[in-house]
Amino acid sequence: MRHLLSAADLDVRDAVRILDTAGQMAATQAREIKKLPTLRGRTVVNLFFEDSTRTRISFETAAKRLSADVINFSAKGSSVSKGESLKDTALTLQAMGADAVVIRHQSSGAPHTLAHAGWTNGAVVNAGDGTHQHPTQALLDAYTLRRHLVGDGGRSDVSGQDLAGLRVAIVGDVLHSRVARSNVQLLHTLGAHVTLVAPPTLVPVGVEAWPARVSYHLDEVIADDKPDAVMMLRVQRERMSSAGGGFFPSPLEYTRGFGLDARRLDALPDHAIVLHPGPMNRGLEISADAADSPRAVIVEQVANGVAVRMAVLYLLLAGESPAPTTTKVDA
Amino acid sequence: MSTGTPAPADSLEHVNVVLGAPEIGRALTRIAHEVLERNKGGDDVVLLGIPTRGLPLARRLAARLAEVEPGLDPAALAGSLDVTMYRDDLAHQPTRTIGATDLPGGGIDGKVVVLVDDVLYSGRTIRAALDAISDLGRPRAVQLAALVDRGHRELPIRADYVGKNLPTSTTERVRVLLTETDGRDAVVIEGGTR
Amino acid sequence: MTTRYLLTDVAPLGGTPVDVLLADGVIAATGPDARAQAGDDATVIDGAGLVLLPGLVDLHTHLREPGREDAETVRTGTRAAAAGGFTAVHAMANTTPTQDTAGVVEQVWRLGRDAGWVDVRPVGAVTVGLEGERLAELGAMAQSEAAVRVFSDDGKCVHDPVLMRRALEYVKAFDGVVAQHAQEPRLTEGAQMHEGVVSAELGLTGWPAVAEEAVIARDVLLAEHVGSRLHVCHLSTAGSVEIIRWAKSRGIDVTAEVTPHHLVLTDDLARGYDPLFKVNPPLRTAADVEAVRAGLADGTIDIVATDHAPHTREDKDCEWAAAAFGMTGLETALSVVQETMVDTGRMTWADVARVLSSAPARIGRVDDHGRPVAVGEPANLVLVDPAARRVVDPREQATKSVNSPFRGRELPGRVVATFLRGRATVLDGVPCDDDAAVSR
Repeated sequence: MRHLLSAADLDVRDAVRILDTAGQMAATQAREIKKLPTLRGRTVVNLFFEDSTRTRISFETAAKRLSADVINFSAKGSSVSKGESLKDTALTLQAMGADAVVIRHQSSGAPHTLAHAGWTNGAVVNAGDGTHQHPTQALLDAYTLRRHLVGDGGRSDVSGQDLAGLRVAIVGDVLHSRVARSNVQLLHTLGAHVTLVAPPTLVPVGVEAWPARVSYHLDEVIADDKPDAVMMLRVQRERMSSAGGGFFPSPLEYTRGFGLDARRLDALPDHAIVLHPGPMNRGLEISADAADSPRAVIVEQVANGVAVRMAVLYLLLAGESPAPTTTKVDA
Repeated sequence: MSTGTPAPADSLEHVNVVLGAPEIGRALTRIAHEVLERNKGGDDVVLLGIPTRGLPLARRLAARLAEVEPGLDPAALAGSLDVTMYRDDLAHQPTRTIGATDLPGGGIDGKVVVLVDDVLYSGRTIRAALDAISDLGRPRAVQLAALVDRGHRELPIRADYVGKNLPTSTTERVRVLLTETDGRDAVVIEGGTR
Repeated sequence: MTTRYLLTDVAPLGGTPVDVLLADGVIAATGPDARAQAGDDATVIDGAGLVLLPGLVDLHTHLREPGREDAETVRTGTRAAAAGGFTAVHAMANTTPTQDTAGVVEQVWRLGRDAGWVDVRPVGAVTVGLEGERLAELGAMAQSEAAVRVFSDDGKCVHDPVLMRRALEYVKAFDGVVAQHAQEPRLTEGAQMHEGVVSAELGLTGWPAVAEEAVIARDVLLAEHVGSRLHVCHLSTAGSVEIIRWAKSRGIDVTAEVTPHHLVLTDDLARGYDPLFKVNPPLRTAADVEAVRAGLADGTIDIVATDHAPHTREDKDCEWAAAAFGMTGLETALSVVQETMVDTGRMTWADVARVLSSAPARIGRVDDHGRPVAVGEPANLVLVDPAARRVVDPREQATKSVNSPFRGRELPGRVVATFLRGRATVLDGVPCDDDAAVSR
């Protein structure tokens, strides 16, 4: 693995390996001394063109727990906002010796460009690009699903296992969601069955090519599919306004159709869990009853995020540099 | 140093079997007695095997300790200590898979930790293990058991218990094969005479 | 006295090889007469195996001057045009300042005349500043020295139906044509690429086919209603082809163009997020590519126009969303048409002469271009070697910019020579810099 740009880049072996590594990382995080010397001397740059304190802190924590040096580069609001400046920023980071660049960008594909334009030799980790991908979010979601729903629900060793047969409903603004795109691909790779639930306005044209079923009715999906997990997506209130695209008539109507409330929570199978990538709009896509219920694993997702990101940084940075070497190995 | 990918030793040229299953068994029995003798019993002893092949060796030693001292619970004696994240050679090798670290229920604080590995060579793995232990707790003492000591130390580290000293050249490869991981017990030397 | 050229054994429109003599700016003789009249001073060009076509006419070129001389100038753009086999180009109006007054179009026209590589026909803006609010002085531009006949807000759509109707009506007075960039603006807010399977996966905002088709449908009905002629720029979808086919069957006076890149490239190329493939209208699907090829072959689509859109490196060397729309095309157009239409057996070289020369000349009302290869006709000609193959290297092209989507791609065909009124602008595939300079 040279970069982590998209969940689509991972085959089932890669994905399970990341989840297994995350499991070992999580074990170290239960100890008194959480810091590991593994990435001592490596430099990780968090390059954030878009505000996301949660994601940045998660990556920062992960890097620091592995003893990497962390440089936070917040490019939002500065002169760095578009065009050539991504290149100049990348060249600057390259000059500073970044071994990995964790990039969050408002433009879909910016991490791909950063990785392939020859501007940096470092590993590029996509921490969310536009409406494209957020692969570490999908990995932490898969990790959380596996912990709760595979084996005996978190006690036995689940390493090596995928998510074969699990039914996951992803509910909300699929159109604008990088979380949905990443999860559909990764969950499919891991053998889970995904149903996307959204008003038709928030489903992208071209969704028919995705390995997922699409429904416009949350109640039907809960009743018929009996999902093992429901993943609620954040819905931005401004999407209802005409300037925001006019995707739905009112927040109230959205909530009635697609919000996860106490009634729908009760209708879920007993073992089902509720995920949300955060930050939540309580009262819009998820009610307080659902968000605070014992079946919501939303806080745990945050902790798992650190373990998964440690695993990703380990797998990208710990091994020998992928540049072609001519080293001969004595037999 | 043994590797994690067991190619069938028989298929390789210049293979020399230096220890068979009976010798390995006798060596482990001797080490078990030495551990008990040196530590005046097995009450405070924790055997931490270093994956991959140190772990089954630690389990075998634990079983032998329990045979000699029937009061001991072999399951509570042995654990695994993965040192991958403490290695100093990560950047020079393909990315290693991280193994599990499982300490016995009593932890290691105040205990005598006996590190168990298959081959002692440069000493770097043991250096990493010592660092890993210090992040996990504070044992009263740390000792080292190795099935084979092949020499060529690069650090001031020595074993307390050795199954067999094997003088080797650095161009040779020493591989320990165990029933649990490789289907049979043997120590073989490969290559080196080209 | 200009050089006389004797082209031996050339195949006019791919037909039977003959000798052709160029003298005094015209085709002086063909067949046995040519050699007889050539005399000793004529430069002989061995044309065996070469195809002789009327000089190509581009109805859709962005020369960028005035305003973006860092991307292209009239001089570099027209030199590239000559290298690509063109003898006349229409310079689009979206310059800075906009070509929306007689003064600016005359400036561009003069720059073209002084450069001497091809005849530059400026396109006039339909609305002031391309703002889509009020008509520019179309009459003044038509009556200027630039003699504008094609009007377009290209880059932007004349989306106000009343304004579009007025423009269609108004240009009738001077036999003009409105060339519409068909793009419904609300349906394409923030659009980055064709809306479909690939955009859904890449998370890039979609540019739906319907945003083009809806405007074309409206415009052909408007043209029918007011009895005007309409030209549709860079048509890109299967649905658009259907609408044009329907409009023509009703007798509506509409013409349509397709770009070389829409004849061959698809939206799959966006997967690498390389802004080289970012263009407006966007690259569509394989089904659309097939539909525009079929439309071009059956005459539904009248012409191929390059939409040559040079951009500086900084406008392309960045993330997709920040990059400019557009690709260069002057120096690859003929090769792409050969590859997609001639080498596939769907068109003859005579058809190529129609779609790349005579039809665009007719639509743009360009006299003396796109004429038959016949004695007495102006010697605006291009000599093509269809058997040659070359790998496109943008750095070797004459255009100032390097944003060719065909970079590294092997294409058939090579322009051997281009003649503008009997004067060679390109010989042996190389622009004749000295001749051009001397001629002015």
